[in-house]
Amino acid sequence: MSKVASMHDAVAALVRDGDTVAIEGFTHLISFAAGHEIIRQRRRDLTLCRLTPDIVYDQMVAAGVARKLVFSWMGNPGVGSLHAIRRRIEHADPAPLEIEEYSHFGMVGRYTAGAAGLPFFPLRSYEGSDLPTANPRIVPVASPYGDEIVYAVPPLNPDVTIIGVQRATAAGDAQVWGLTGCQQEAAFAADRVIVVCEELVDEAVVRADPNRTLVPGLVVDAVVVVPHGCHPSFAQGYYDRDNAFYLAWDAISRDPEALAAWIDEWVYALADHAEYAAKVGEERWRELTPVSAPSGGVDYGSYA
Amino acid sequence: MSGWTESEMMVVAAARRLTDERVCFVGIGLPNIACALAKRTANPQLELVYESGVFGAEPARLPLSIGDPTLAAGAAAVTGMFQLFAYYLQGGRVDVAFLGAAQIDAAGNINTTVVGDYAAPDVRLPGSGGACEIGINAKKVFVIMRQSARSFVPHVDFVTTSGHPPGGRPARWGAGPALVVTQLGVFGFTEGVMQLESVHPGVDIATVRAACGWDLEVDAAVAQTPPPTEAELAAVRVLDPDRTYLR
Repeated sequence: MSKVASMHDAVAALVRDGDTVAIEGFTHLISFAAGHEIIRQRRRDLTLCRLTPDIVYDQMVAAGVARKLVFSWMGNPGVGSLHAIRRRIEHADPAPLEIEEYSHFGMVGRYTAGAAGLPFFPLRSYEGSDLPTANPRIVPVASPYGDEIVYAVPPLNPDVTIIGVQRATAAGDAQVWGLTGCQQEAAFAADRVIVVCEELVDEAVVRADPNRTLVPGLVVDAVVVVPHGCHPSFAQGYYDRDNAFYLAWDAISRDPEALAAWIDEWVYALADHAEYAAKVGEERWRELTPVSAPSGGVDYGSYA
Repeated sequence: MSGWTESEMMVVAAARRLTDERVCFVGIGLPNIACALAKRTANPQLELVYESGVFGAEPARLPLSIGDPTLAAGAAAVTGMFQLFAYYLQGGRVDVAFLGAAQIDAAGNINTTVVGDYAAPDVRLPGSGGACEIGINAKKVFVIMRQSARSFVPHVDFVTTSGHPPGGRPARWGAGPALVVTQLGVFGFTEGVMQLESVHPGVDIATVRAACGWDLEVDAAVAQTPPPTEAELAAVRVLDPDRTYLR
């Protein structure tokens, strides 16, 4: 059964006001296209979860979709700050933003516990840190098998997880290469999953290389085909990170008026991501396209 | 090629200290540049590990972040973040982690979370990322950061990553902070307390002391950091030709 939908219809059907939403992908395959559609549909009171909020959550927070942020590293990677989020946290400008903060392994562990149906995840971290004081959901627990203390974090089960992938079938079997982050854990932990792919492929393509399937259609509710859907982040082998945009975002994000104007021009004024990609322009896409370097194939054998 | 910037001296001094290491966990920011430089100069055999899930990276360009596509392409292994943190880091396979810091104190406690009060911060910093668990589980920790009386503080506003607590580090932890490299000099730790090891060429001890928020005791005969070699500077400038990161 095909789960292919437009981004408009997928977000309209699966992302609701008040939801806990995770758009995952660690620097790689961040679905900006989904973030922009959530802004366009003016969702409100979302709890946004991500290890690294990145520019996409700065945009969503600035646009007023979020009530709360759950995270482990909040910045513009390699550049500096996310100023719209900082204004909300430091000055409640224009409104307060609730935060719930972990470390990276803590967040990965939360998704893992959520995906595996466990009541908590234990890790060797947080001892000697002020983080458990700042966030009382990080709790020391004694090993049942000795006198060691580890720290527990609670499961994270998003209402909706959205992941970018290089290719997927209409049934939602999704393949990723390069950095795989914690998309698998975040998808299995979620109640609803949207897969946003660069390319839609036949089932035979996936079945010829099943080791590369990160998330199976089993847990996927909608497949949205969006070429260049992760810009300005990257899709390994398809397009590079648009570092000029990450650098430029610093000045845009510092100025609330410039930021609002950017969202008007690049989100509200455009019907969908195809218009965004056209506006970015062919020349920029050419500049961001890497030289081809295919992997060596492997032989799975035929056992018919 | 004559002259160098403070930032260039800093990353060169940092890269040299990776000469005898095997597996290095690379933090975001200045560590990213220092470790990429080490791989091209002091230690081509160095196995670079990134929290994005990369082991044994061979970066063909300066990674723009710790999740750059050049880190995955050509790496020895790319794993999920769970495997990276659970097996590589927590499993004890990391010899040294190179971290950045916004604030540090004489005990090597690192703050990357807030300046001011957590609930009402003056400046909201990025937070832990992986640093909190890296500081515990790596066999030792190196730090590279810009030094001033505001960043070298008597007590960090928030302990994101524990250094050398009173009474010492628990036996199951790694050895913790062992080195801090700044634009002014190189610091080590003796019995859990930061000590100046060397000053960079052209830097006097009074400048180092003024850029330190506690009363730093310094031996008047402290060593000088050897200046960057031509080869080191050439490698730095290949990595960051426009001085985007090493202003």
